Amino acid sequence: MIGLSAYLTLAALVFSIGLFGVLTRRNAVGILLGIELMLNAVNINLVAFARFSGNVTGLVFTLFTIAITVAEVAVGLAIVIAIFRVRRTVEADRLDLLRG
Amino acid sequence: MAPSIGLPLAVLALPFIAFVLLAVAAPLRRAGRAAGLVSILTMALAFAAALTVWARGLVVEATWTWIPADGGPIASVGLMVDSLSQAMLVLVTLVSLLVQIYSLAYLHDEPPASLGRYYTYQSLFAFSMLGLVLAPGFLQMFIFWELVGLCSYLLIGYWYERPAAARAAVKAFWITKLGDVGFIIGIVLLWSATGTFEFTELFDKAQSVSGLPLIMFLIYLGAVGKSAQFPLHVWLPDAMEGPTPVSALIHAATMVTAGVFMVTRAEPLFALVPEVLTLIAWVGAFTALLAATMACVEGDIKRVLAYSTVSQLGYMMAAAGAGAAQAGFLHLLTHGLFKALLFLAAGAVIHAVGTNDVFRMGGLFRAMPHTGIVFIVGTLALAGVPPLAGFFSKEAVLGGVWEAHLTGPFLMLALTALLTAFYMFRVVFIAFFGRAHAGGHPHEAPWLMRGPLWILALLTVLVGLRLAAGGLAGGGVEGHEEAPGWLAPLSVGLALAGFLLAWAMYQRGVIESARVATALGPLDFMARRRYGLDTLYAGLYRGIMLGFSRLIGWIDRYLVDGLLNVLSALTLRAGARLRGIQSGKAQDYVYGVAFGVLLLIVWAQLWR
Repeated sequence: MIGLSAYLTLAALVFSIGLFGVLTRRNAVGILLGIELMLNAVNINLVAFARFSGNVTGLVFTLFTIAITVAEVAVGLAIVIAIFRVRRTVEADRLDLLRG
Repeated sequence: MAPSIGLPLAVLALPFIAFVLLAVAAPLRRAGRAAGLVSILTMALAFAAALTVWARGLVVEATWTWIPADGGPIASVGLMVDSLSQAMLVLVTLVSLLVQIYSLAYLHDEPPASLGRYYTYQSLFAFSMLGLVLAPGFLQMFIFWELVGLCSYLLIGYWYERPAAARAAVKAFWITKLGDVGFIIGIVLLWSATGTFEFTELFDKAQSVSGLPLIMFLIYLGAVGKSAQFPLHVWLPDAMEGPTPVSALIHAATMVTAGVFMVTRAEPLFALVPEVLTLIAWVGAFTALLAATMACVEGDIKRVLAYSTVSQLGYMMAAAGAGAAQAGFLHLLTHGLFKALLFLAAGAVIHAVGTNDVFRMGGLFRAMPHTGIVFIVGTLALAGVPPLAGFFSKEAVLGGVWEAHLTGPFLMLALTALLTAFYMFRVVFIAFFGRAHAGGHPHEAPWLMRGPLWILALLTVLVGLRLAAGGLAGGGVEGHEEAPGWLAPLSVGLALAGFLLAWAMYQRGVIESARVATALGPLDFMARRRYGLDTLYAGLYRGIMLGFSRLIGWIDRYLVDGLLNVLSALTLRAGARLRGIQSGKAQDYVYGVAFGVLLLIVWAQLWR
């Protein structure tokens, strides 16, 4: 039987990969993909805890998270397209209007 | 409130009402002559009230608590009427009234608005001066003392568009302030030693005060500034930049005598400190002599009179210092009359000729006989010719100084008497009798100006006759000190010698004035340069005051500001460095957050 720690380790790995993607990808779409990975790591955690504690609350939360993730991706992509229309680029390095 | 206090209160209140009315009601003030009439009317009423106070011989003192405190009031205000203030009330209201009437004609060409301003100041001055002479304590006296100083400043600078007048006003203000600082310190020291400002209480308590000589010296400093004693006399000649009636009222008859009045009022206190009294006598006599020599070489008729005023103030102070304050006070009263007369007559001359320079006058007696006669009456009184008022008071002063065994001051004052006669007759001969100079046709002054002149001239004669008969009736001022028999012939002789000298030099031309000046070389040179005192003060001001100011300015600019500038530069630099952190890239911020969270996790793991 695979233990809880194995699921958590998987989730941590997926989260780290997602974080790495967010931090290093140049393309805004790539960053969005990284965020998806991080969210799914959270989902894994929720499902794992729900399974091992016998409490369905975590499963319900996961469903919510998936729904919100979809909405978030939709909004995120819309922003990316809006930025592209204005700046003709989605390179994250060039989007530095807030520089001090 | 005692019923009899109403009268002196009215004397004080009337000019104040006029002042408030003129100050608040701008249309009335701008009307000019109407403002003058209001001021003159209230002044006439005040004069009538003052005359009644004097005639009745009213002696009353009333005080009201001013600053209440636990364990008795700190200060009170009130009115103190005795023989001193009675005489001063009459003098101040009389001269104020005459001067205000005279000004109506003298300042005829002024625009109405500034004429109204003039009368506003005049009313304020009358109120302040009356408050000063009625003060029952040092604190109230100081307040009014400063008020008259303010009025003096305002009226000297009446023609403030003229730079010389503005400068003279500021000079007068500052130099008298120099003495006033000593005055207020002395008053406060005296208060902290005795707990009271009131004269009557101070007279009882002062014996036990330690350090009284220093305190009285500081208080005397106030009189040095106000009464133009050496070395603070330099402001008075410059104060002649004001209108001539102002010079007559403030800088001859009333305000400058405030110092003498104060010393006379506080005589019981000064009597406790003989060393200060001796100093007062010496300084007074020296001032008298110094000013007289300067008057001898002055060509400006008003300045001659100004130096003469300084000189006569020296007389009064010397008398006070010799313990003959009554004699000094008598001289104050008579001097107030005939010096106001001389100034107003000089004003009439200036009005007619349009210049202050005596050497551009000449032969005026034929053109202006009235003015000439009253000027000569004033000159005779000032020179000390019997039976005019000046003779008796001057003799009383000399007698008092002789009685006090102050030989040095006595000799200086005797020499001053000679010089006084000399420089006054010098002006008379040059301006009224000498060869007439071309330049306009001098005409007699209008009656509005001649009236006050004649009144003052008559009073000078009448007071002299009254003094000859023995004492001022009702005034309570003793006319005659006990004096040695040779004194009267001596002072008449000195006056006559001065007259003859002036006559020989300026009328007959027997002695050439240029030769005398050459013979007296250095003295003439010094006197013409006012003994370098003005230059010295200007030098001190430039050297010490401005140097000190520059030093302070340098410290402020480079040390105080410099410190702040360094601090602000550091802050700016630190900000410039720190702004580099803000790259504006979202990824960098996320990196920071992730790194921070990582650190937190590590920290939590290590210190669990």
